[in-house]
Amino acid sequence: MSVTLKALLKSPWVFHLSTGSCNNCDIEILDCLTPRFDIERFGMKLAGSIRHADVLLVTGSCNRKSMVRVKNIYEEQVPKPCVVVAVGECSMSRGMFVHSYNCPMPLDKYIPVDVYIPGCPPKPEAIIAGVVKLITKLKGTL
Amino acid sequence: MQKSVISIGPFHPLQEEPEHFSLTVEGETVVDVDVEIGYNHRGIEKLSERRNFEQSTFVIERICGICSTSHPFAYTRAVEDIIPVVVPERAQYIRTIIAEGERIHSHLLWYGLAGHFLGYNTVYMWMWRLREEILDVMEILSGNRNSYAMFKPGGVRRDINADDIPLALKKIDSIIPTLDRLKKAILDDPVLHARLKGIGILSKEEAINYCALGPTSRASGVDRDVRKNAPYGAYDKVDWDMIVTDSGDVWGKAVVRLLEIYESIKIMKSCLQQIPSGEIDLKLKSIPPGEGIGAAEAPRGETFHYVRSDGTNRPVRHKVRAPTFMNLPTCKATVPGSSISDAAIILASIDPCYCCTERMAVCTPEGDRICTGKDLIMMSREKTAKIKREMGIP
Amino acid sequence: MTRDAVLQDLKGKFREDILDFSDKSPKRVYIEIKPEVLVPAATYIFKDLGARFHIASGLDARTHLEILYHFSIETMNLLISLRVKLDKKNPKVDSLANVIKGANWIEREIHELLGIDFPGHPDLHRLLLAREWPEGVYPLRADYKEWDKKAIRDRGV
Repeated sequence: MSVTLKALLKSPWVFHLSTGSCNNCDIEILDCLTPRFDIERFGMKLAGSIRHADVLLVTGSCNRKSMVRVKNIYEEQVPKPCVVVAVGECSMSRGMFVHSYNCPMPLDKYIPVDVYIPGCPPKPEAIIAGVVKLITKLKGTL
Repeated sequence: MQKSVISIGPFHPLQEEPEHFSLTVEGETVVDVDVEIGYNHRGIEKLSERRNFEQSTFVIERICGICSTSHPFAYTRAVEDIIPVVVPERAQYIRTIIAEGERIHSHLLWYGLAGHFLGYNTVYMWMWRLREEILDVMEILSGNRNSYAMFKPGGVRRDINADDIPLALKKIDSIIPTLDRLKKAILDDPVLHARLKGIGILSKEEAINYCALGPTSRASGVDRDVRKNAPYGAYDKVDWDMIVTDSGDVWGKAVVRLLEIYESIKIMKSCLQQIPSGEIDLKLKSIPPGEGIGAAEAPRGETFHYVRSDGTNRPVRHKVRAPTFMNLPTCKATVPGSSISDAAIILASIDPCYCCTERMAVCTPEGDRICTGKDLIMMSREKTAKIKREMGIP
Repeated sequence: MTRDAVLQDLKGKFREDILDFSDKSPKRVYIEIKPEVLVPAATYIFKDLGARFHIASGLDARTHLEILYHFSIETMNLLISLRVKLDKKNPKVDSLANVIKGANWIEREIHELLGIDFPGHPDLHRLLLAREWPEGVYPLRADYKEWDKKAIRDRGV
């Protein structure tokens, strides 16, 4: 696993998944790709398909309908090793939607999460800092 | 001829939000479209009943990130309509400034995404870079890039500093030259004319029958805009025009949004220059029993809130209706009859915001999947490239 | 037509069927009508008066269920809300979806969240709730109780 992961860390491809969010976090993630913040200079790109993803960025408050699909995607379609990043308050703990009838459990009860980035929404600087911390952590385990 | 079904979604790399479109095609022509929603439903109307009137404003703001001002605006107007009461003038001006700033960055966002769908990635990057300037202005005035938390029933929560206004005006002026260059590049581009004119036409009768709202209806000749029909905020105190075209196609919608950016810049600058001094908050103590209705014009159309109170400090019922709820069904009138390569841009032209539609939070016949949603975007870009080749443009 | 002329006209046309007429302010009028006369009244307001249909809001008022249909006549900045009160045991009212295409989705939503039936609707299947949501459980009713044993309702801190 370490050889593949070492190769992946040079240029991780991110795939973005929204499980029922207000879109703030999603726009901030897309903002990271635009000229002001520009994560492409670190080698990170938005993957075209889930089968090419190394890093999964998950936002949203874990809606019943979406989580059926997310479990399916995580178990069957994403090639391992894959790292899961929970972006925003909603994917960490459902935030203000904790009592909603349509959001029964937080994300880490469905799939294992490696990094949590808090904020509502987290600024692009925070998202970049979070992903850099993730890469440092992974390099430390090699 | 044999019919097959193409599914787009629910997790598509270009759409930020999950939803499921299903197109039934015969050969190259789409004959039917269906949309399944429900991936974003968070039960916000029920959550509103647990919180008091002021706390509800924060939940309402997170119905949608891009229209995050129009929902609190309509909600606070609905609560003020129960009494009824009118907020102080300075608060009206501050509310209008924040609402127009949001409209500018939302339309620029749509342009970026439309450029991406058509294969004009440079437009995508330029528009989003321009958008950062407006987000800086919003951060100067309110403290945050997206969820501003400025509204409360009775007025606004924070004031605007007079020292910040010259810097904000300077930043707004700085985007105008680039916007003019982009406007010329878009409106004069023969490839875009060939690509976007005449597709996805929504006729005036259909727009009225489906009760379409916002730029989707204004591009079909229906002159509906809450800011003019039922003025609120400071919209009747500044000088601006409603933009209406009558082609009804994707080109018309693009032109309406582009010209609206200029009108919003006009309104925002006038409000910043003319803002009166005074109180910003009525300090409402309690809401009497009754019902109230509030509406505000979001970038996508009219947002409508209905609130009922029974004299306690919580709403008994809070109904939220976002503009995309009325605009999405119009895809049944615009998409059938078009070719597959146009389907992606027609669906994107109504500027769908699913988190608003399901706030409170399309069909899966398991047919043959001959191509995925990503292929549809590729087909859309290939059509643009083909038109360029025919015109001899490199 | 002026605002008062429009209201007089409505009162005249549906005289026996109007149960309550509340002229709350220059821009807001709330009219309670009998459920049987909803479709003719809504058709008259939408087609003949040229009003726009905003949305319908259903609610649970403890003793009964209510739906309000909101229309506005833009030329005179007037918002008319038609109210129908329905019995909780067997709530149903005729569907407007065949007259106003914009009413199709909202009736599906009220049907699944409040349990009101709309005879005449072309296709009353689920709009928002997931497939595994049980039948007969209506989240927006006042007596809704949590049915999901696996739901976690604290943040774990």
